[in-house]
Parts: sequence; structure tokens; C-alpha cells
Amino acid sequence: MSVLIYIDNTDGKFKKAGFEAVSYGVALAAQAGSEAVAVSLGNVAEAELLKLGNYGVSKVLSSTDERFASMDNQAAAKALAFAAAKVGAEIVVLAHNNLGKAIAPRLAVKLQAGLVSNATGLPLNLSPFTVNKNVFTGKAIGHAVVHTAVKVLTLSYNSYGVVEKPVSVNIEAFDAGLGDADFGLKVEQTQKVTGKILLSEAEIVVAGGRGMKGPENWGGIEELAEILGAGTACSRPVSDEGWRSHGEHVGQTGKIIAPNLYFALGISGAIQHLGGVSGSKVIVAVNKDPDAPIFEAADYGIVGDVMKVLPQFIEAAKELKA
Amino acid sequence: MNFEFTEEQLMIQQAARDYAQRELIKDVLERDATATFPTHHVKALAELGFMGMMVSPDYDGTGLDAVSYVLAMEELSKIDASVSVIVSVNNSLVCYGLEKFGNETQKNKYLKPLARGEKIGAFLLSEPEAGSDATSQRTTAEDKGDYYLVNGTKNWITNANSASTYIVITQTNAAKKHKGITALIVEKDSPGITLGPHEDKMGMRSSDTHSVMFNDVKVPKENRIGEEGFGFTFAMKVLEGGRIGIASQALGLASGALERATAYAKERKAFGTVIANHQAIAFKLADMAVKVENARNLCLKAAWLKDQGKPYGIASAMAKQYAADIAMEVTTEAVQIHGGYGYVKEYHVERLMREAKLTQIYEGTSEVQKIIISREQLK
Amino acid sequence: MKILVLIGNVPDTTTKIKFNADKTAFDAAGVQWIINPWDELALTRAMELKEAPGSKVESVTVANVGRQETEATLRKALAIGADKAIRVDADARDAFYVASQLAKVCQGFDLIFAGVEASDYNGAAVGGMLAELLGMQSVSAVSGLQAEEGFVRITREIEGGSQTLTAATPLMAIVQKGIAKEPRIPAMRGIMMARSKPLEVLSPVDTETRVSFASFDLPPAKAACKKFSEEQAKELIHALRDEAKVL
Repeated sequence: MSVLIYIDNTDGKFKKAGFEAVSYGVALAAQAGSEAVAVSLGNVAEAELLKLGNYGVSKVLSSTDERFASMDNQAAAKALAFAAAKVGAEIVVLAHNNLGKAIAPRLAVKLQAGLVSNATGLPLNLSPFTVNKNVFTGKAIGHAVVHTAVKVLTLSYNSYGVVEKPVSVNIEAFDAGLGDADFGLKVEQTQKVTGKILLSEAEIVVAGGRGMKGPENWGGIEELAEILGAGTACSRPVSDEGWRSHGEHVGQTGKIIAPNLYFALGISGAIQHLGGVSGSKVIVAVNKDPDAPIFEAADYGIVGDVMKVLPQFIEAAKELKA
Repeated sequence: MNFEFTEEQLMIQQAARDYAQRELIKDVLERDATATFPTHHVKALAELGFMGMMVSPDYDGTGLDAVSYVLAMEELSKIDASVSVIVSVNNSLVCYGLEKFGNETQKNKYLKPLARGEKIGAFLLSEPEAGSDATSQRTTAEDKGDYYLVNGTKNWITNANSASTYIVITQTNAAKKHKGITALIVEKDSPGITLGPHEDKMGMRSSDTHSVMFNDVKVPKENRIGEEGFGFTFAMKVLEGGRIGIASQALGLASGALERATAYAKERKAFGTVIANHQAIAFKLADMAVKVENARNLCLKAAWLKDQGKPYGIASAMAKQYAADIAMEVTTEAVQIHGGYGYVKEYHVERLMREAKLTQIYEGTSEVQKIIISREQLK
Repeated sequence: MKILVLIGNVPDTTTKIKFNADKTAFDAAGVQWIINPWDELALTRAMELKEAPGSKVESVTVANVGRQETEATLRKALAIGADKAIRVDADARDAFYVASQLAKVCQGFDLIFAGVEASDYNGAAVGGMLAELLGMQSVSAVSGLQAEEGFVRITREIEGGSQTLTAATPLMAIVQKGIAKEPRIPAMRGIMMARSKPLEVLSPVDTETRVSFASFDLPPAKAACKKFSEEQAKELIHALRDEAKVL
């Protein structure tokens, strides 16, 4: 019996969401009295695989088949089902990111498993297997009960955290035996956003809303984000107006984020916006309207002109980082 | 009795709401400030079918009932009465008049493009000395054999510049007074038509209002609607339906203001609690809600009667008078609830208040509606 | 090409979420139901593909699993332009249940659109499960899709960027924001025609329930916002470091 943790890579590198999934899986295995096993698909160097030991997993299955680089959901699900059978996995954990979300439902069908996506913590109970998950886009929590013998979970980002617990790692190569027919996707082009902190990974996010008045005023947001090593985001009206790209829209129908610190600058905090950011650990709001709903969700707030406040934030952040 | 809407009616209401809250809201303040005609909105609303809602599909309309029309007008007017008056004039004055009283040739030539919304219509009744008193027309149409020669001035004409098709109420036989009144279809680009300057209005600033001067304008006789002398009856019948449009517009202004005031009262804090918890505000909102509900019921009743083919002239007069008067009251109270914020443009309610004023004036003032209602009451 | 769009019936996104007294079920009283926002975007894209010049799209079908009260949502999809609707007459118990029902009716489609998740239970699972049950290729996080002869060209979001790729049909496209600019508002004529379009109602097949909800909770109330004045902006940043310890 074991807990299998899938850790995805981007160009051979693991990311925080994966380390968090490993940390979670290790704790889950301890709770269930079983063994945690990580599995990696694609061309990942040994040095990178060894890093997983920092988060408490001592056994890593690795299939270095380069064809996984196309991030083919069907092929990945097949390979993970193979790995799950190999280690007798009772529970499979994936990060709730683009790839995890895509693979998990296919894998659950293959394993005849119940799927809980967006799980937010360790099981409340192992029998019946009960785990909390976000529902209504963060506006409520559901206590999901899984009735099947095998379970698949995707872990909501930043809901558990990365826990360091160094152990030595035993890497085991495996071949899932996939044919070329299993890889149906042909990648033509990949565009990477370079030099920017990814919203999905950012520990800190600085977001602007309509209160910023226009795209010409985003310089301050970008400067603050750069000083703090933060990602930049915006509210829906801002992306609808074309001031910023849709990729920056956070909210119920845009990206759902859960950073440690979220700055809402000139964002009134419509219920759809709050749905996308309510998982943030600390929310700072600046808005000239004292009755803006964002202040209900915020931990720290300033009622005032964001144009006056932002330069002070930048100055204070500079001092802090100096 | 059945107060339920059909699924289609609800979908139409939702479509109008979506368009208003998604699109009209984007530039409504700017268009109000700059008095810019909403050309792109008229085009989009035409594509969605709002410009010829009640016209039969045989003439390229959507063939909807008047109840749907009320629901759509209310939703558009919550956000932007300048746009809704363009919709109202095209639908319930021009399209309705042509469909009900025009002949086949006129319907094919003029009604179809109006119902598709490719062209816009205007209804030219008011004159410098004949507004709500429609009997004393001074614009003359002189019989010249196969055409009329039209001379005179029309005032306060909604869509005057943007319209292609005018329906003009003229005097063809002054001796016969109102029995000498005749309705003509006039193409706006006919030689001899000039427009007065764009009226700089208090509200509904995004709709274009001008006076229109006719100087020896030739109008072919086949453009006469009905017989000579039918024009007064024509105008009165058309205005009966027009009142439903403006009543629903007034309703929308009131319900839009009520929605904004309610949301504001639940957010704005004073003396340690949201102002909705103060009875002075809560009771204001209750009074406003009752007025809005009454106005809505009057509008829907008039529309329902029209849909049933029953007389609705008195019902539409009641709806128009009441909805317009409460629109003024409710929007004024909405400004009051907003306090200082209500007096600045960003919060919309001052604009709704300015716009509500016009609903008491145009397409028959509240006083004229009371004449209609009281005559019926006293007969 | 025949397109199927999966349609979820969800509470309006502005709904204040409430549960029944013992917190075991969502309280639907007074709730306005809408097409799941991502499904609505998917449908909009499907209609764009159908209406494009030289389009090879023969038909757009919509399908859901739900009781009769969800038909209004399907009819809205028909009003937007879908040619046909299918409803499996059952309560949507869990993602696997829904996918199993749909698997029965999803034969013969070249392209299936599913929204990335439903805004109610955020399962993010039906599209992927259905693809697996049908043995169909799936692409997730799709933000753009062009139909070509015998294949589709897709843009999808990946961690840290985006990717264009091609895939053969039949294909399940699990879509998110960007797939269409804005959901389409149904035209009046579409609304009037919706009722005359076919809406087929099917009986469900027996399927186990794999996941259920024991109960629900609302998130714990946040402590009151700590307010600073405009002039104390720097102190707020200091508090983030010293008090909240997030800097």
C-alpha cells in the first residue's frame, strides 16, 4: 500500500506546487500508515529528482521518456496508472495546476477511483475517507467523502505548504510501455513568459483594478511587484478594457490564486473577484471608497488614493529589501 | 390571473439586462458628458432584434408581445434611457404606426429596414406651438396633384439626425381642424429639409434631438398613411402604444435608481452601521419599492391588454403618468440616499434623475395623461 | 464536423452561498441559475466555428445531466444558437456519475467542448473523465481553438506560458477563459426559435456514486480589516513584515 505523488516538471525542473504535493503526500502516507512514493514523467535529471528527498519522500519512480514533454493528458494518465499499479497505490496526489487538473480525472477513471479536486488539507478521516475541498470557488468548503478503495486527490495551491524533511532518495527508473500512438498531441510552438513571476506560483501578488484609472498607471504596480518578487494581476474590468492581458485576470472566471500576500489596489472587491483571491493568506486593500467590499475581505487596508499610497509602498518596500 | 412570465419573456429580459449591464454601462457616462449618439449600440441592438421587437416576422421584425417589450425597455432604461428612447421611438411609434396603418408597399419599402434596425425612424408631431396639444398643427401639406408640398417646423424630434425615415403629421385642410390632419412618410434626405441645432438637453443627452424645418419639401402621395384627414386618429392611436414604451422607460429609470440606492444603503456606513439599518433610509427604500412595483404592474397591464387585442389607451395613459411621476420621485430619493455621492456623475443616480424629468414631459406630459384619464373617468 | 458542448446549470456567480439547516446541501431558494460561465464561452466558440465562412461544422449539440428545471438553461443554449439539446434526466451526483451518463449520449461527435470546471462544486473533472470513458484524446486549459481539415489547432495555457499544438479529432477540448471573448447574448429571434428546436430527454444509466459531500461549511469570518491612513502607508508595509510576517 502506498500514496503515489505525481510531480510535474517544466523543462526538467520541479516547481513549488510539486514540492507542496510531495510534502502533503508524505504527511498523508504517515497518517495512513503507508509509504509515500513520488513519480516523475519526462526528462528530469537525477540531481533534480534527488531534491524530492528534501520533502520527505524516499522512493521516486522516474520515467525519463522525452515524449512526455508534450504534456499529453492521455499518455500521462496511462503512465501514472501503470505506476500506481506497480506500487499498489491507494491514494494518488497531484497538484491542482493545469497539468494535474487535466490528468487526474482520466487517471481516476482508469483506477476506478473517486476524485477530489481542489483538496485543501489532510483527510479529516480515513474511514470513511473524508477531505475538505473548495466549493463555490472558495465561497464555501465541502467535506467530500470518497467511497472507492482507491482515491485521487488534487491539492489546492498553497493550502498545505512546503514542508522540508530531508531523507535520502532511492530513484527507480520505470517504463510505462507507451507506444507512439499514445502521444497524440503535436506541439507546434511554446511561448514562455520570461523574467516574470508566474501568477500561479507567486508568493506575493500585486493586483490593480479600475481605480488605477488607466494602463499608463501600471508602472507603480510593476515596480512594487519587482521589488517584492511578486506577480502582477488585475481585476476583470481591467482585462475587459484591454488595459492588461486576460492572463492577469484573477477572479472567479479568471485565475484562482492563493498567495501568501495579495495587494488589491483600486479593486472594489466584487463577489466574483473575491472568489478568486479568497485563498490568499493576507490581503491588503487600498481603495478610495471606504465602503468597498474589498475591506470586508482584507486584513490590512487604506482608505485613500492609490496614486498617493503606491509610491509610499514602493519606498517602504525598497527600504525593507535594502 | 397569472403573474408568471414565460421562459421566452424571461430570456428576453435577461438578454436586455446582459446587454445593458455589459455594454451600455461602459460608455454611458461619457456619452452623457459629450452628448454622443450611440451608433454602435443601435447597431448591436438591431442585430439582437431590439429595434423591431413587436413587428411581425413577415416584415423582418421579431414578432414579440408587448409584455416582452416592457421587460426589455425596463432593463435598457435602468442603465441608459438615451438608448432606450431610440429603441422606443423606433418600435412603438414608427414601426407600430407603419405596420398597423401603412399599406403593403409602404411596409415593404419602409417598415422592413426599420424593423431590421438598419434604418432608424423618427416621429414628427410636436411643433413650436403644438406639443402635447396635438390638434393645432401648423405644418402644412399642400396637394399638388401627385405629391404634397410640405412646409413648417417640427420641434423636439428624437432621432431627428440619425433617422432615415420620418413620419410627419401635417395639416392638409386647416378648415377641418384636427379632421384635416394627415400623416406622411418622408425620407429625411428629401430636398428642403434642414435640421436645427442639436438640442443641449438636461438628460437623455446621448439621443439626438433637433427641430426639423420643411421648406417646399415634395412628398409623393403614395407616402400618405391612410386617407387624408386620418392623421389625427393615426397619431392618437400610435401614441397610445408609445405611452407603453415611455412608461416602461420611466419604470426602468425608477427601478434602476432603486437598485443602486439599495446596494448603496447596504454598503455605506454611518453611525457605526450600514445606512440600510437606519429606519429613515429603510422606509424610503420601502416606499420606493412599492412605487416601482405599482408602475411595473401598470405597464404590464397596459401591455397585456394590447397583446390581448383589448383597448389599452387609458391603461397606457395611467402607466405613463404614474411611472413618469414616480420615476422623478424615486430617482430623487435615490440621490438623497446617496448623499454627496449621489450628486456626482460617477454614481449614476443624478443622471437617472435628470432623465426621469423628461419622461414627465415627452410623448404627452403627465398633465395631458391626466386629461385623458379624467375624461374617461367623467364620461 | 459535429460539435457537442457540455452545459452545466449553476447558480449565478453573484449568488450568496447558503446551505440548509444541517449544512448537508446547498440552499437553492431564490437562486438564479445560469449556464456555467466556461460552458457559455465554449458554446460561444462553437457557434463562431459554425458561423465562420467556409465552416465545416454541421451542427452544435448541447447536453447536460439534470432535472427538468435545468431545461431553461438548455433552452438558453438553444437560443444562443445550438441546434439540438440532450438532457439526461437525473440529479448530477458526482463528476463520474455525470461523465458516465454523458458517455452514453456522446457518440458520433468530432469535437466536444467542456468547461474547465463548474462554478458550483469546482470538480474540474467531467470533461477529462468523459474523454477517458470514450477513449478520446483530451486537451485541457484550452484558450483558443481553430478547426482545420480533420484536426484542430489549439492554444493551451501551460505553467508559465502558452502553447500551440495540433490534435486529431475526435477530441475533447476542456476550455477556459480566452476561448471566446465574451459569452454571446441570445438574439430575440434565437429566443423565439429555441422552443421549436429538439430537446431530447433520456433516462439515466445505473452508475455508482464515488464521491459525495457529508456537509458544507462557510469559510471562517475574517478578523476586521486593520486600517491605516493614507499617510501611514509605510507603516502598513512594516506591519506586513513584523506582524503578519509575510514580507
